[in-house]
Amino acid sequence: MGVENPVPELLHEYLPIAVFFAIAVGLAIAMVSASLLLGNQRPDDEKMTAYECGFDAFDDSRRQFDVRFYLVAILFIIFDLEVAFLFPWAVSLGGIGVFGFWSMMLFLAVLTIGFVYEWKKGALEWE
Amino acid sequence: MDLIMNSYVIELAWIVGKIMLVVGPLLIAVAYLTLAERRVIGFMQLRKGPNVVGPFGMFQPFADALKLMAKETILPAGANKVVFMFAPMLTFILALVAWAVIPFGEGLVIADINVGILYLFAISSLGVYGVIMAGWASNSKYAFLGALRSAAQMVSYEVSMGLVIINVLICVGSLNLTAIVEAQRGMWFALPLLPMFIVFFISTLAETNRAPFDLPEGESELVAGYFVEYSSMSFALFFLGEYANMILMSGMTTVLFLGGWLPPFDIWPLNIVPGPLWFILKVMLLLFVFLWVRATTPRYRYDQLMRLGWKIFLPFSLIWVVLTSGFLLWTDNLPAVMAG
Repeated sequence: MGVENPVPELLHEYLPIAVFFAIAVGLAIAMVSASLLLGNQRPDDEKMTAYECGFDAFDDSRRQFDVRFYLVAILFIIFDLEVAFLFPWAVSLGGIGVFGFWSMMLFLAVLTIGFVYEWKKGALEWE
Repeated sequence: MDLIMNSYVIELAWIVGKIMLVVGPLLIAVAYLTLAERRVIGFMQLRKGPNVVGPFGMFQPFADALKLMAKETILPAGANKVVFMFAPMLTFILALVAWAVIPFGEGLVIADINVGILYLFAISSLGVYGVIMAGWASNSKYAFLGALRSAAQMVSYEVSMGLVIINVLICVGSLNLTAIVEAQRGMWFALPLLPMFIVFFISTLAETNRAPFDLPEGESELVAGYFVEYSSMSFALFFLGEYANMILMSGMTTVLFLGGWLPPFDIWPLNIVPGPLWFILKVMLLLFVFLWVRATTPRYRYDQLMRLGWKIFLPFSLIWVVLTSGFLLWTDNLPAVMAG
């Protein structure tokens, strides 16, 4: 059109994603509010209690839970970071060659030692 | 100035049009996936499944949607109201926006960004927030336990999914999804990376909380898991999001391993079939396997699930990363690094 595009090329690629996001948010809000308007709202005390097989709730649900869920979350952070490190390495392996390969192998070896340790410690056991 | 404004408006309209072309069919596909699930499992269990509403039960999903639309939205008294309402929306939004980078055919993609697979990986891992928020905000024990299980399961299998993706990236040398499909012109990655293909498919089952890994929902013990307190459209949004995620994961598997829109062989009767049709066929095939698995396998125990994820898939896919990269380096077959 002869008009120079003022938006930088990189950001330009992400414009459709931003628009998509806006449409998805709009759609979600529209669907929920439509049902709020269309549906017959008649709340009462019994209906609004937490579900517990017909009983009144025995105690609050904000309670202790198994520490292993927490452990899994921590392990996940370590290994997901590892994956994040591997992404750029995998894409550029053709350029960094043998040296790059062995550098990553060293890194993976260190991580594997930690993995073996936690395995032996029983952090991965769920009785 | 007017000219600039005009070109913006035209471009924006074009983008919105493209998005609607994806979202519309996607939501219809989700509707029919729920029907297909009930029909397929019905036939596998020697019963008929829903067949009354419309021919072959074709209008059943729309009847269900209208019914859910007209139901009362229950906000439990003990719930954190804002988070409670926001969680299903988040699940639904994330299940939709991930489709922005999926290529349906040559150049048929909404946003052809250069880090497409990273975007997909990021969006699919955000899905766990919807689950955790729903489980916490409901203030119900079943929902809370379901959310905990689901979160631990999703993050566990995400690690092995990430490592499998690394395997593909080593073979491609690019994060762009179109480039990943183009790299499979000679041979689909499902063949040379067959073990990784299987690990990835099983991980997608766990990632979408499908049978045999449907512990977070486990109808018989947790009644529905993290969305036990939901009703009406909030429930429907979870449902839609979950099924849209199933289709998304199948699309991701297709792009990474089954050659996306490429025909199986580049020979005459096959290569005149339009690319998007191949893509849809492959996704449908994978979705059928999803349903087939659900009809066939019993549910895993939680310790078995964690064992499979951490002690089998993780070391196995990590070793495979070393093997793939080592082999390609040794035989000097690594893809050339692209500029930029």
